[in-house]
Amino acid sequence: MANSNNNRRKFFATTLQSVGLTALGGLLWSGYSDEVKASPLVLRPPGALPEEDFLKACIKCGLCAEACVNRDSNKNRDGSNRPGTLQMAKGGDHRMIGTPFFVPTEVPCYMCDDIPCVPVCPSGALDMPSLLNKEEELDINKAKMGLAVVHKESCIAFWGIQCDACYRACPLLDEAITLEYHKNERTGKHAFLLPIVHSDVCTGCGLCEKACVTEKPAIFVLPIEHSTGRAGSHYVKGWDKKDQERVKDAKEIHTKNERSEKEASDYLNMEVEY
Amino acid sequence: MSNIKYLLLRRITQIGLLVLYFAANAYGWHILEGTFGASIIFGIIPLADPYTTLQVLATGFVLGADVLLGALLIVLFYMIVGGRAFCSWVCPINMVTDLANWLRRKLKLDKEEVNYRFLKRNTRYWIMVLGVIVSAVVGVAAFEILSPITIMQRGIIFGFGAGVSVIFAIFLFDLFGVKNGWCGHLCPLGAAYSIIGQSSIIRVKHDHEACTACMKCKVVCPENQVLHMIDKESISVTDGECTNCGRCIDVCDDDALEFSIRSFAKR
Repeated sequence: MANSNNNRRKFFATTLQSVGLTALGGLLWSGYSDEVKASPLVLRPPGALPEEDFLKACIKCGLCAEACVNRDSNKNRDGSNRPGTLQMAKGGDHRMIGTPFFVPTEVPCYMCDDIPCVPVCPSGALDMPSLLNKEEELDINKAKMGLAVVHKESCIAFWGIQCDACYRACPLLDEAITLEYHKNERTGKHAFLLPIVHSDVCTGCGLCEKACVTEKPAIFVLPIEHSTGRAGSHYVKGWDKKDQERVKDAKEIHTKNERSEKEASDYLNMEVEY
Repeated sequence: MSNIKYLLLRRITQIGLLVLYFAANAYGWHILEGTFGASIIFGIIPLADPYTTLQVLATGFVLGADVLLGALLIVLFYMIVGGRAFCSWVCPINMVTDLANWLRRKLKLDKEEVNYRFLKRNTRYWIMVLGVIVSAVVGVAAFEILSPITIMQRGIIFGFGAGVSVIFAIFLFDLFGVKNGWCGHLCPLGAAYSIIGQSSIIRVKHDHEACTACMKCKVVCPENQVLHMIDKESISVTDGECTNCGRCIDVCDDDALEFSIRSFAKR
């Protein structure tokens, strides 16, 4: 009897130990996983799901990167391969390991018509339907890999020096980047030719960033979530039927607090403590 | 030659597969493309890692049909035919841990082996389950962000970067830390394949009559708990943790061990 009690105690002790150590491992592992996820400034291949979903879905097989480097147009004259746009993140890249990404200043996306990287994705992390046009054909112009942003203080076109490198490099010439003319008041007789990026057209391919002549590019691509703002439903274009669609389901909200109990004329004259 | 037959065959298989994967990226060969996470043979037949697939499903993402079919094919192959053969015939980490284990024996480190009471061989099953739970909680395939297997394979295909330190860490752990520490105690993928392959038909069979109890097989075996029948009874090694590496067959001087087809007949 005493022996079986001992065995039972031992069984409970080892079970408790296993469960406890597993919980410890789980905490460490979860913490680590969550930290590695947090590398948001990374550009993904065309058609990639939003980053959060992309990280869930990508199975890290590298088929996209292989299709990219082995595309027909990626050959030197002697037939050898040039480096592909897509790299697979390795240790030290400080991006989620094993996931595909690209760095425009190294190799931008050349926006192949047949988009070789997307149909090969077996997991659905690169979402082919998002790149189909009305005729159900693959259309690279629908890609939203990122959005180019101009830092006007370091862009020499904003200094008044004539440069349209990004404008000329853009595969969607005069659509994604247009030049805006302004009078140069400083000299009185010259014009500014300012590059303006249009976020509804820009695919984030990065050819502009690669072409930029400044030491550190004054035009650069950031992931969409990081290069765009959001006005929110407080602001609606009253003159635009389509914009009003955004708030068609909005409901009235009644705020209940100390102030809302008073009349407007009363609380507007109240002392405000911040 | 006969004492390294299966060792050689395994190295040829392991390196051959890596060459095919490497060439798919470097020269555009369409024989075997991708990585162990998901591959495609001849541009048609999909393959996928079942444990990775399980982790991705745990994150709540609905995977593409190619991956699901690929994982099914792999599961069926190892379940019916190969057993845990992935670990010893395919996985590149096996070459690292085999080297560590061989050095361990040459340096006679096992004589001084410390009793690591927290690290039992069933730890891997806990890690396997934990990997799925962490994937679900954090929303990312949890083992895939630290798996030395795919880090090594991608390193060979796409370039190592700092990933080489992970491989070195595994080597040091197996050499100076726990004997068969990674493959035999921790690796959740090995755990998954142990479960998948536990009733496969290819098995090592022991002949008790021929055995002289030299115990060479138990010395080289990376999972020597599966060889409990040595010099006791003439049965097959049916434990799923056997990797079908065939090292025991190689080192046996008495022809007491050989691959055979599992007998399903009840005795």
